[in-house]
Amino acid sequence: MKALRNFLDKVKPNFEEGGKLAMFRSVFDGFETFLFVPNATAKQGTHIHDCIDSKRVMSMVVIALIPALLFGIYNVGYQHYLVTGQDLSDVCGIVSFGLAAVLPKIFVSYMVGLGIEFVVAQYKKEEIQEGFLVSGMLIPMIVPVDCPLWMLAVATAFSVILAKEVFGGTGMNIFNVALIARAFLFFSYPTAMSGDEVWIATDPILGLGGDASVIDGMTGATALGQVAVAESAVATITDAMGNPLTTMDMFIGLIPGSIGETSKLAILIGAVILLVSGIASWKTMISVFVGGALTAYLFNTIGASPVMNLPWYEHLLLGGFCFGAVFMATDPVTSARTECGKYVFGFLVGVIAIVIRVMNPGFPEGMMLAILLMNLFAPLIDFFVVQANINRRLKRANKVK
Amino acid sequence: MAELIRIKRGLDIKLKGKAGQIFGKLEPATLFSVRPDDFQGVKPKVVVKEGDAVKAGTVLFYDKENPEMKFVSPVSGTVLAVNRGDRRKVLDLRIQSDGANASEPFEKCDPSKLSAEKVKEIMLSSGFWPFIKQRPYDIVADPKQEPKAIFISGFDTAPLAPEYDYILEGKLEEFQLGVNALAKLTKGKVHIGINIENASKVYKGTKGVQIHEFEGPHPTGNVGVQIHHIDPVNKGEVVWCVNPQDVVTIGTAFKKGLYDFSKIIILAGSCVKKPAYYRTTYFAQLSNLFESNVLNPENARFISGNVLTGRQIAPDGFLGAYDSQVTVIPEGNQSEFLGWIMPRLKKFSVNHSYFSWLLGSSKEYDLDTNINGGQRAFIMSGEYDKVFPMDILPEFLVKAILAKDIDRMEQLGIYEVAPEDFALCEFVCTSKIETQRVVREGLDFLRKEMA
Repeated sequence: MKALRNFLDKVKPNFEEGGKLAMFRSVFDGFETFLFVPNATAKQGTHIHDCIDSKRVMSMVVIALIPALLFGIYNVGYQHYLVTGQDLSDVCGIVSFGLAAVLPKIFVSYMVGLGIEFVVAQYKKEEIQEGFLVSGMLIPMIVPVDCPLWMLAVATAFSVILAKEVFGGTGMNIFNVALIARAFLFFSYPTAMSGDEVWIATDPILGLGGDASVIDGMTGATALGQVAVAESAVATITDAMGNPLTTMDMFIGLIPGSIGETSKLAILIGAVILLVSGIASWKTMISVFVGGALTAYLFNTIGASPVMNLPWYEHLLLGGFCFGAVFMATDPVTSARTECGKYVFGFLVGVIAIVIRVMNPGFPEGMMLAILLMNLFAPLIDFFVVQANINRRLKRANKVK
Repeated sequence: MAELIRIKRGLDIKLKGKAGQIFGKLEPATLFSVRPDDFQGVKPKVVVKEGDAVKAGTVLFYDKENPEMKFVSPVSGTVLAVNRGDRRKVLDLRIQSDGANASEPFEKCDPSKLSAEKVKEIMLSSGFWPFIKQRPYDIVADPKQEPKAIFISGFDTAPLAPEYDYILEGKLEEFQLGVNALAKLTKGKVHIGINIENASKVYKGTKGVQIHEFEGPHPTGNVGVQIHHIDPVNKGEVVWCVNPQDVVTIGTAFKKGLYDFSKIIILAGSCVKKPAYYRTTYFAQLSNLFESNVLNPENARFISGNVLTGRQIAPDGFLGAYDSQVTVIPEGNQSEFLGWIMPRLKKFSVNHSYFSWLLGSSKEYDLDTNINGGQRAFIMSGEYDKVFPMDILPEFLVKAILAKDIDRMEQLGIYEVAPEDFALCEFVCTSKIETQRVVREGLDFLRKEMA
């Protein structure tokens, strides 16, 4: 480590103002602070500091995302092997197909997003901020496997620049960056983001996945997609081969869907990591589920359409509800920042997600729009909580007089 | 006895180098430095020259805004230097002690038998007034204003803090006289906050005060927290607060009829070989305290005060005006390989992504001065609330200050806070925001605008 430190110290002057490589200062700085926690000491204020920093926070979220990502990789391969009628015990083949499908997406997302971050940091003469580590991991996990890489690149660039940097960078954004990327794709390229064709990779990727063609009778719709178009009062949800899905299947998650969202088991592991480490607020997370469950239950009792009849627990298990509740509604920057506000924020995310699913035939999934909508209202929620605090103080002052 | 006030939110940071109840031997200091900067809100006008002979209690400078408010020499000797910085700002007055401990005359009496005006005049002219600080603004009390109450926090919960029970042992008479003087200065009450876990013999034996029992982690000992729970400051109101040891110093003068600026301090911290209590004097040079008593002195941080709110001093620096504690901890000027992802079992964090919370609350840590990360915008929410036991939204208040929005600051309770109340916020902050500096600047800004 000493040698590496010495090497960095030796090359550092090149990257500083006036050095040969000064145009890469932000890049060097970014890598240096990642390799070594800076030796800066407190000059004023508290002389000691908690050893938490934003790198730790962001990397904990990335770690929490890994189970869902690994499962997503496996599921992409599994779905491909399923619909092409290949040997499902070929784990090696499944995983390598999954990797071939998912890794390029992660690579593109990080390259585009971090590239922009580096340029902005260089321009603003600031340190690289870590926020995109999480966004860059989330973006590939919330798109369908068939989403083309160039679209992903455009969407990432759009959201990083317009949803984040124009507001001032990490910590200043109003909307969840990853969800803006998804919303951009959703409204700009609807055919690549919804329907029955995009959730399962049917063609070989990079020569992997065999050359078998799709079996007749395969349906690529997500469970929620099937419910939305069901004709009978109670929809039968099936997997891609037409076999009915049990609640357990929905929990395990070998079903079509966005790459990271399908396995509730993997998301649960991530949720435990986030809650135990205290990085995500349990208040927000629980409230989302409570809001969603109550709303879905209410619709169950009305029961006027197949999607209303979908049992409330399956509402929570299907689609991106869990993923959104665990990883995106809890984003501290775009969520409500007051403790009471978090309950309200989470609850309304859950409510609106289910309402959009049930009431709007155009959108089988409502989580993305629910979170974005509530991002917009989070400052309003905080406003009321802060106002309550102010009023208490005014009341106290008036009582004295 | 008033009801027990339980404080839930807060944080006790357990550090290595705690001092037991023992006294260390210390040669008396010979050099003293009075820094006008220690006294917030004061514009000094120096009245002594280099080479002047002074006694303990001789006026060194006064406040231009309140010329009756004097600042006096802690010892007898000669004025060695009046150090000035840019634009002739007074940095400090150095006094060389002659070891004689001669004192200016002071009228021996019981202040409770004097009139309020007389006590006020004595306090101002004797140089004891600056011991009184006020909220709002956390400055030396403005004699033109009338406080609604006076508060004394009877204990200190900061890391490695001294136990006032031990410091005040046997000082009941002096403390009572000091309280009598303070009681004359307000039409309201004199409140003392005591820790339920301490015996607080002196406080309980004092007459004419309102005692409040507190229980809870740091910052329960901060007088601001106690004020908030006893009788909070509303807009337009003023309260005053005094450290218990300064009350004793005031009382001693009334008892003995002379100026005695001796003081007991605690020396603690993981870099200290023999953490202990020491008898010294206000404004004393601390080099003989540190001499051969500090491990690895080239790479140590010397702090007058505690690790959260203290001020960095040189190894031959001086004791701050209000400090009863001196701390020495290691500097953290090494970079740490991939530190942000390591388990860091030797470092402390309230965040559960590290393991401090599993290692037990009694484990003591050897923390250094490294900031452990880079400064960012606000990212995590709710961190400050957990260590800020007042009905105030600290993050929103800090943001209002940063935005220089005066209405908002008032609404969010800036009149109730002092920078020290935000020390723990600064400690736990993921984004490493210097909240104490922000609050200090906010208070100064507000005071300037309201003047």
